[in-house]
Amino acid sequence: MTDYMHSFDLFEPASVEEAAQLADKYGKDGWIIAGGKDSFDWFKDRHKRPQAVINIAGLKQLHGVKDNGDHVAIGAVTTLTEIEDNKLLQKNFPLLTAAAAKVASPQIRNAGTIGGNVSQDTRCSYYRDGFPCYRAGGNTCYANTPTAMNREHALYDAIRCVAVTPSDTGPALVALEAEMIISRKGKIRTVPAEKFFIGPAVDITRMTVLEKGDILTEIRIPKKWSGAKHYFEKIADRQTWDFALVSIAMVAKITGGKVSDVRVACGGVQCTPRRLTTVEDLMKGENVGAEMERLAKRVAAQGAKALNYNHFKIPLMGNLAARAVRSLT
Amino acid sequence: MIVKLKVNGEIRSADVSPETTLLKLLREHLNLTGAKLGCDVGDCGTCTVIVDGKSVNSCLMLAGRASGREVTTIEGLASSEQLHPLQETFEELGALQCGFCGPGMIISAKALLDKNPEPTVFEVRDALSGNLCRCTGYTKIIEAVLDAGRIMSTAEAKS
Repeated sequence: MTDYMHSFDLFEPASVEEAAQLADKYGKDGWIIAGGKDSFDWFKDRHKRPQAVINIAGLKQLHGVKDNGDHVAIGAVTTLTEIEDNKLLQKNFPLLTAAAAKVASPQIRNAGTIGGNVSQDTRCSYYRDGFPCYRAGGNTCYANTPTAMNREHALYDAIRCVAVTPSDTGPALVALEAEMIISRKGKIRTVPAEKFFIGPAVDITRMTVLEKGDILTEIRIPKKWSGAKHYFEKIADRQTWDFALVSIAMVAKITGGKVSDVRVACGGVQCTPRRLTTVEDLMKGENVGAEMERLAKRVAAQGAKALNYNHFKIPLMGNLAARAVRSLT
Repeated sequence: MIVKLKVNGEIRSADVSPETTLLKLLREHLNLTGAKLGCDVGDCGTCTVIVDGKSVNSCLMLAGRASGREVTTIEGLASSEQLHPLQETFEELGALQCGFCGPGMIISAKALLDKNPEPTVFEVRDALSGNLCRCTGYTKIIEAVLDAGRIMSTAEAKS
């Protein structure tokens, strides 16, 4: 049977406070949705069946892009299309608008939100198909066996689980040093994008710091990288709808032909967006050119541990890093 | 829960359970079966409808989210006398074979042409990237959209 979901109670809170109260009240039986693109997948596959669904997509206070002087604030339920089309973001952070434009399909970007894009669950097909793996609370990983199909899986930090982050905007936000604002029962905390995403060593059942009862309300991007050069590229099996096999997001400041500051992050290679710090280090203070490109290509995938079917991601990371460097010339 | 929305210019309402998708509301409660159920996960685009000017996958939207909003489905395009230019060009160029993807394709194309009546071929390809066709192939579909755009912008210039 298709287009079927279990029956649930639907709440449409009028404020973040009310949403937080509901999230707290229902705890593990509650589920926050906005665009619902990831959630309805789970519900339709019957693997997740929360009793209370709290829809925050209608909250006006979580919607829109604002210039706050030293940073730009993006409401968590702002759609990916709105981000792609936003003039302020296009001017200041074209890296983010480029990444948002690469998510899924036009229909999904028209309803899917930035908050959902960064907090969506991993797409490991074993996990999503309901296998009782470590991430699902079981005691084995089905994606890392001699016969497992794991060409989409991780090259780094695969501790028991080999799933990767599926987010396109995640690496861009990590590169831009964004901050995530999280609300919980009236208390607000700020988490840097780089710490927002977590790997299996921290908690194997979650992809982000968000726990039941937490609501991601806003993403703030400091103006530090406004006007910097940027590069975003996503490689996937299909040009549309598909998740990244590897993606790269870079921001760089060039002064007098030399790289004065740079941040690079890759998606699709680890459970979290992966900073390419070795690439950053070799670029800083150096002249942009063929030599930098050659070195970046060589060190980009340093330390990668391939599984049976994802060796191709290693040269892919190198090539993407080289292309990112080449874009600076 | 009662969902009240404007579908193809007409106010409609239905009493549905909270987990009902917009697609189910349209097909099973309002008897508008133009939008189709295909993959059920937002891949194929055959359930595409326009909500407040934007194309969305109706299989991945709760009916409640469409409450108070304006929805356009394939049924809202033609009048009893006149086909929509997109429907005419799809027919003339044979841009459909089995036709299952048609409603979604035409709705995605309409969302584009309403904003940009003279798109480039790349803009058309981009706008249709969330819609799959498994028989005709895309060449004729893209030609039909470009042709319809030309007809629509000439008609607009004349009026």
